[in-house]
Amino acid sequence: MSPLWAGVSLITLEHVSKNFDSPSGSVRAVEDVSFEVDAGALHVLIGPSGSGKTTTMRMINRLETISEGTITINGRDVRDLDVVELRRAIGYVIQQGGLFPHFTVADNVAVVPRLLGWPRARRRQRAEELLALVGLPPKQFADRFPRQLSGGQQQRVGVARALAADPPIILMDEPFGAVDPITRKQLQRELRRIQAEVQKTIVFVTHDIGEAFLLGDRIVLMAEGRIVQNGTPADLLRNPASPFVTEFIGEDRSLRALQHTYLAELAGSRPDGVPDDVPILAGTLSIPQAGQELARHDRSNREGFLVSDVSGRPSGYLTYQQLATVLGESIAPAETMTSAEAAPDPEAAHVLPV
Amino acid sequence: MRRGEPLDFIAYIRDHPEQFRELLLEHVRLVGFSVLIAILIAIPLAVLTTRLAWFERPMTWIANVGQTVPSLAILGLTLPLLGIGFRPALFALTIKAVLPIFLNTVIGIRGVDRAIVDAARGMGTSDRQLLWFVELPLASPVMFAGIQTATVQNIGLATLAAYIGGGGFGDWILQGLAMVNPPILLAGAVPVAVLAMSTEMILRGVRRVIVPAGLTVT
Amino acid sequence: MFYLFEQPERVFELTLEHIRLVGISVLAATLIGVPVGILCTRIRWLESPILNLSGILYTIPSLAFFAILIPYTGLGASTATIALTLYSLLAIIRNTIAGIDDVPRATLDAARGMGMTGRQRLFLVELPLAIPVIFAGIRVATMAAIGIAVIAAVIGAGGLGRLIFDGLRTLDADQVLAGAIMATVLALVGDWALKRLGDALRRDAGAAAEGR
Ligand SMILES: Nc1ncnc2c1ncn2[C@@H]1O[C@H](COP(=O)(O)OP(=O)(O)O)[C@@H](O)[C@H]1O
Ligand SMILES: [Mg+2]
Repeated sequence: MSPLWAGVSLITLEHVSKNFDSPSGSVRAVEDVSFEVDAGALHVLIGPSGSGKTTTMRMINRLETISEGTITINGRDVRDLDVVELRRAIGYVIQQGGLFPHFTVADNVAVVPRLLGWPRARRRQRAEELLALVGLPPKQFADRFPRQLSGGQQQRVGVARALAADPPIILMDEPFGAVDPITRKQLQRELRRIQAEVQKTIVFVTHDIGEAFLLGDRIVLMAEGRIVQNGTPADLLRNPASPFVTEFIGEDRSLRALQHTYLAELAGSRPDGVPDDVPILAGTLSIPQAGQELARHDRSNREGFLVSDVSGRPSGYLTYQQLATVLGESIAPAETMTSAEAAPDPEAAHVLPV
Repeated sequence: MRRGEPLDFIAYIRDHPEQFRELLLEHVRLVGFSVLIAILIAIPLAVLTTRLAWFERPMTWIANVGQTVPSLAILGLTLPLLGIGFRPALFALTIKAVLPIFLNTVIGIRGVDRAIVDAARGMGTSDRQLLWFVELPLASPVMFAGIQTATVQNIGLATLAAYIGGGGFGDWILQGLAMVNPPILLAGAVPVAVLAMSTEMILRGVRRVIVPAGLTVT
Repeated sequence: MFYLFEQPERVFELTLEHIRLVGISVLAATLIGVPVGILCTRIRWLESPILNLSGILYTIPSLAFFAILIPYTGLGASTATIALTLYSLLAIIRNTIAGIDDVPRATLDAARGMGMTGRQRLFLVELPLAIPVIFAGIRVATMAAIGIAVIAAVIGAGGLGRLIFDGLRTLDADQVLAGAIMATVLALVGDWALKRLGDALRRDAGAAAEGR
């Protein structure tokens, strides 16, 4: 484990703001953002495109400078740390993978160990360990080059690479944004499995609400550089801070995907001690209908709601957390995004014969 | 123009083996040194250019304009400055070779996928490690294309260098022109043409071989 | 530098000669290169030998090229024109092929769907859309030709190279400088003008594409 912060790894952002200075004036990309990421928790930053998620995340490993406010890790201001050491102690995964095309898969995984000066044999062993962890049999994949992998496999390598030096903290910026929806769902489930095993402190950026519900211990919803709501997935469903939250969660595809799923199918039997004043919803309601119905109730300080059966008896019960997990599992991921990089022209400098 | 059959140039070369070797040596030396020096100047300059934002525009502008200047004009401009001989010729050739190598190195480094650079920085590479581990290897095919361009181009330019006393096969071409003697003319021209074409082919082959593994689909 | 002001008529005359030499060569190369390029897109196996051949021609140093031609075509502007035309072919053929290959499949399918014959597709769709790319090739060829034409003076083709070679022979630095500067200015102005023209063509092509 990184000597920089062995043990707990609590990240705190306090009143953090970011200005980008451009020729056409200054852009306020992040405005007064404060939140904490608990050690071992996965924190999702979600919001529409341009809402400042990436910028917020990149200030943590100082890929962007902090304009105002303070970011600390285990109580130490990131600005007081050597930037290169800081980054080597934090795993980093980005959407396009960013794998080095001229390194083999094993060498890609072992980049940070190499920067840290580990001996070759140990690097190799570590790489193989991690490839196995992310579901790429080392025998088959270690000596390939990134070009010879599918997009999903490349993302797995990206995750393995972030874990290589066993950093307690990992930053992930839309890590599964560029793979097809089916692979994406699979990668999300695997990340959950891996996270259960390795227990890292993770900041995870996405604009996909299903992904956020599935993975997030907590979700920070951002818009226009500010935090709109910071809470558990259940909090966001139960107690949305503003209509924007409801709209963002319920938007388009997300709930529509569940219009043939009914509450009765999901509800468990009513446990003892559920107070009578929780909302009661008909089991015949589809999930989107249930969402609209719930919006009419006061949902604060409630863990869940009752579901009535065909005879009208409130015999079933569903927690908001369960609902969130169902949402996370079933919401179709957002459109696959691709980055069209212009290939450099090898004949770029043309010659004049002499 | 009918003094001797053109194909007699082979006989002419056979009759003057020492001179042939000397001209070949002069030619190759002029090209080799100029390209080598140009590499040593152009690559650091290009790296610096990609590191300093304000430096990039003026430098690439100068290099692009430089590319437009006709080669003979560069040789011509050297004469009043440095006089005649091997050194002025070497100077002109070096300048001409710096341009494509510089431009291709800048383009090569700039062409490295931003995501890869970002990932490398995010993992904590120092500036120097970024350059040596990531940027230069990934730019190397484009850089090599620039060196190839410079080399083949300078084989031609070295021919013209005979005009300012630089030596090489241009000597025989000039002599052949002055004496209106096709065999001598071709004794200079054909070896230069063969040298240029074969160098191009060889470097093309080398380029294919030295591309870092992983950059080509295998 | 003073030579420029002492002999303005001669400089002007040589500049015109230079432009004529370049103009005729590039025109000839265009008249040959565009049809050859089109042919390559129709008969695919021709592409690689033709591009390789013109690519190899392109590496031959111009002075050597002139020298090799002289025993057969003599001294003077015609030999220079032949060499310049051959040099210019590469860029024009290559860009003609690239320009036609760049036309989107969907556009071609639409044209076919409307019942255009192969010839109509070529003249109404492919060539008009390829013009900006072809023109870029013509520009590259022209720039190369301006530079090589300077050297052509050595075989008696005239042009601005005369000033440089005469100056080198007589060790008249002033004259060399005049030739070098004028050749550079011509190249820069030519590059700028052709770039402008190319941008205008691209805009027209864009407008035409939108107007469809
Ligand atoms: N390097 C930059 N220079 C100027 N503006 C930037 C830069 N990076 C991001 N921005 C701006 O900051 C805002 C937030 O961007 P970002 O953090 O990338 O959003 P998100 O990741 O939520 O899509 C956007 O308006 C974006 O245009
Ligand atoms: Mg982003």
